[in-house]
Amino acid sequence: MAEYIIKNGFVFDPVLGINGDKTDVAIKDGKFVETTQLANPKTIDATGMTVMAGAVDIHAHVAGPKVNTGRNFRPEDKLFNCTPRRGVERMQGGFSVPTTFKTGYDYARMGYTTVMEAAMPPLYARHTHEEIRDTPIIDQAAFPVFGNNWFVLEYLKNNEIENTASYIAWLLRATKGYAVKVVNPGGTEAWGWGLNCENIHDPVPFFDITPAQIVKGLIEANEYLGLPHSMHVHANNLGNPGNYTTTLDTFKLSEGIKPRGGWGRDQVMHHTHVQFHSYGGDNWGNFESKSPEIMDYVNSHDNITIDIGQVTLDETTTMTADGPFEHHLTELNHLKWANTDVELETGSGVVPYVYSPTIKVCAIQWAIGLELGLLAKDPMRVFITTDHPNAGPFIRYPRVIKWLMSQQSREEMLNGFKHSEKVIDATHLMGIDRELSLYEIAQMTRAGTAKALGLGHMYGSLKPGLEADVAVYDFNPEQEHAPDDIEKAFGNARHLFKTGMQIINEGEIVSNGNKRTLWVNARVNENPQVMRDVKEKFLRYYTVTQNNYEVAGHHYVPNPYVIEVDATQ
Amino acid sequence: METVTLTIKNQPSLYLEADNISPDAFAGKSAENIAALHAYEGNTQTTLGDHFEISGKGGATATETRIIVNGDVSKVKYIGMKMTGGEIVVNGNPDMYVGAWMQGGKITVKGNVDAFAGTGMKGGEIVIDGDAGNYLGAAYRGDWRGMQGGKITVKGNAGSDIGTFMNGGEIVIGGDVDVHVATHAEGGKIVVKGNAKSRVGGQMVEGEIIVFGDIEVMMPGFIYRKDVDLEVDGISARFALYEGDIGERHRKRKGEVIYGKLYQKY
Ligand SMILES: [Zn+2]
Repeated sequence: MAEYIIKNGFVFDPVLGINGDKTDVAIKDGKFVETTQLANPKTIDATGMTVMAGAVDIHAHVAGPKVNTGRNFRPEDKLFNCTPRRGVERMQGGFSVPTTFKTGYDYARMGYTTVMEAAMPPLYARHTHEEIRDTPIIDQAAFPVFGNNWFVLEYLKNNEIENTASYIAWLLRATKGYAVKVVNPGGTEAWGWGLNCENIHDPVPFFDITPAQIVKGLIEANEYLGLPHSMHVHANNLGNPGNYTTTLDTFKLSEGIKPRGGWGRDQVMHHTHVQFHSYGGDNWGNFESKSPEIMDYVNSHDNITIDIGQVTLDETTTMTADGPFEHHLTELNHLKWANTDVELETGSGVVPYVYSPTIKVCAIQWAIGLELGLLAKDPMRVFITTDHPNAGPFIRYPRVIKWLMSQQSREEMLNGFKHSEKVIDATHLMGIDRELSLYEIAQMTRAGTAKALGLGHMYGSLKPGLEADVAVYDFNPEQEHAPDDIEKAFGNARHLFKTGMQIINEGEIVSNGNKRTLWVNARVNENPQVMRDVKEKFLRYYTVTQNNYEVAGHHYVPNPYVIEVDATQ
Repeated sequence: METVTLTIKNQPSLYLEADNISPDAFAGKSAENIAALHAYEGNTQTTLGDHFEISGKGGATATETRIIVNGDVSKVKYIGMKMTGGEIVVNGNPDMYVGAWMQGGKITVKGNVDAFAGTGMKGGEIVIDGDAGNYLGAAYRGDWRGMQGGKITVKGNAGSDIGTFMNGGEIVIGGDVDVHVATHAEGGKIVVKGNAKSRVGGQMVEGEIIVFGDIEVMMPGFIYRKDVDLEVDGISARFALYEGDIGERHRKRKGEVIYGKLYQKY
C-alpha cells in the first residue's frame, strides 16, 4: 500500500501530548508509523495547516428506519439542495436527513472518519446495516436499544445480571451491534400504554420495574461483559423544564461501579445530549439553564462521560426512540408526526422542528449546550455532538467548534437574539470568557470519544500502530483569524486519510474509501435459559422468525470489523 | 422597462427545467448573455439559447425587466420561479411550477398552466387566462408552508388540491374546481365562482373559502352558523357561513375560538 508523509503541519494530538508542534505524520500500510519506517512516501505539504487524527462521532442518527422515515416524510428537506454526480461523488441531497452518500461525504469533509449510529431498533437492524453499508468512507457501528426491551425488563426486575448479560451478548451478535443504548428507560414501553416514566422511580406499567433498576442493571451487565463502550443513556424526562434533577439522579446510578474489560475507558455511563437534560424552571416561562449544577457533578465524577447535543438554531428533523417525547413535540408545534411501536423492543417518533433564534426557549437551549462544553474541566470526558439531527444537523459541527473557540462569536449571537436580555438572564453563557483551544477541541472530537468508545487502540490519535485516519485543516493557529475562519476550515478538510487511503486531496473527494462496520462479538458461557427465552419469545410474540431477524452475511455487513470480547471467565 | 422576447425554436425531447426564465436572472444581461443561461433537460445541462430565439435585453434590475415567451412551451417548467419583480407574459400553455416561490412582480399566462403554479408563493401576481392544473398555490410536497401572499387569478377552471397549506394571499377561480380546496389552510382566501366538488376545507384551521356555485359533498367537519351579506369581487349577495374543520385544533383570539370560514352563495 502507498506510503505518505504529512509534513510540517501544526499537530494536535492529546493522546501523545502534542500541542501544536510542527511534527511530521507517517502513514504506511493503512497505519501510522514512525517516519523512519518510510521508504518512498508521497509528501503532503501541511505547512501552515492544522493536523489532527480523524474525528470520531460518539452519537448521531444517520442510518436506520427512523432516519429513513425522516427522509420519506420530508421531501422538502431536499428542496434546492441536491447535487448531481461529480467525479467519484455520487448524487447527494437533504439537509437534516441527508442521503447515505451525502452523510459519508459530509462527515469526510469535516475530517470525521468514524461515526456511531446511536439507536438501532434490533428488529430493524437489517435495514440499519443496509444504510450503513451504503454510507461511503466512514467506519460505523450501531448501538441496539435495550432500555425498553421485554427480555431486559423481565430479567432486571429480578436483578438477573448474568441473564441480562447473556441476552446482550446474543443480541449484539444477532444485530451486529456495538454497545448498550438506553433511551427513556421504561418510558417508551410505558408509551405503549399511553403513559411515560417521568423520573427514575416512576414504575413501568405491567413490568413493575423502575427506570433506576433498568439503568443500574444495564450498567452492571455491561461491566459483567466488559464491553468496549459503557452503557450509553438518554435519560427520562428529556426536554422538560426542571428535568436536571432527573439527570442528576440518573448520573448517580453510576456511582460505585468500576469499568471492566481493559479497553482503556474510565466511565461506566455515557449520558448523551445532556443539553436536553439540563433544564431548570417549571414551565416555559421561567425555563432556565442548570448547566453549572450538571457540570459540577460531571467534573467531580470520573466514571461519567457526556456529549452536549448542541442546538444549532436550524430547521431540522427530530427522531428518537423516545416515543412519548415526540408526541409531546407534535402537540407543541403542530407539525407532522410519525410514530411506531417496535414489538417487544422499543418505539420511535419523528417530528420536524424549527429552532428559531427569535424564540426565547430555543436561544436558551443554544446557550446551555455551549455552557456544558465551556464548563468542562476534563475535555476528554465531554464531547461535541448535535444529537444529529435532533438538535441540529451534524454539518454544523464546525460552527459549534467556532462558538466554543470564540467568545466574540458567542456574544454576537447572544446580543443578536430577539429576546436577548431574557436569554442572557436565564443562562450563564455571557459570563464565560473561556475559549477552547485546538488541543481541547481535539480531545472533545477524537481523543476523548475514541477512548470512551473503547477504541483508543484504533482511533483518536496519530500514534504509530493506530489506524491512519488523519485530517489536515487549512487553519494556521499562529495567524490572526476571524471566528468564521474556524468554521470554514473545520468544514472543508484540505486532506483526509482513512485507514491510510487518501479520501480528500486539496479539498476534493477523490475516493469512496473502504468503509467498515464495527461490531462486538461477546463470548459468554452457555446460558440455556436465555436461549430458551429467546426461542419462546419469537414463537409467541415476534412477527418474524428468529431466522429472519438476525443480521448475517455479506449483504448486510460486507466489510465487518469484529471486536472480540471474552466474557466466559 | 426593457423587454426580452423568447421564442421557442427547438423543442426539448424531455422536459426543460428553465427556472432561469425570470426577470431576476435576465436583469442587466444582453440577449447573448441570456442565451448562455443554463437550463436542464433530464440530467443534461443545456442553455436557454439552445431552445429559444432571444431578442431584446434585460433592464437594469428585475423590476425594469419584461419577458415575453412565445410558442409551444408545454414542455417548459419553472417559468418565473422565485422572481422578485418585473413581468412575464407567456403566450402559450406552460408546464408545471409557473411562478413557484414567486416573491414579486407579475406573470400573465395567455393560456393554461399545468400543476404546481404558484407553489409556496410569497408575493406578486399570477393571472391565468385559461385553466390551471392541480396544486395551484399549494405547498411543496411535504412542506407545511404553502402560499403566503400575493394573488393568483384563474379565469377558467382549476384542478384538485388548490391552496393546500395556504397561509396567506388570495386565489380567485373564475370557473369550477376539483376536490380538496384549502386543505390544512391556516390563512388566506380562496374564491371559487363556479362549483366545487368535495373535501372543501378539510383540516382547515383558519382562512376563508367562498364558493358561488354548488358544493357536491360538504365536509362533515363544517357547521352552519348563520347567513351573512358579503361583497365579493364587486358582487353583493347573501351567503351561508359554515365554520370548520371542527376535527382540527383551533387557536383562540380574544377568548374566541378561530375557525376556518366557508361561505356559500345562495
Ligand atoms: Zn440521540
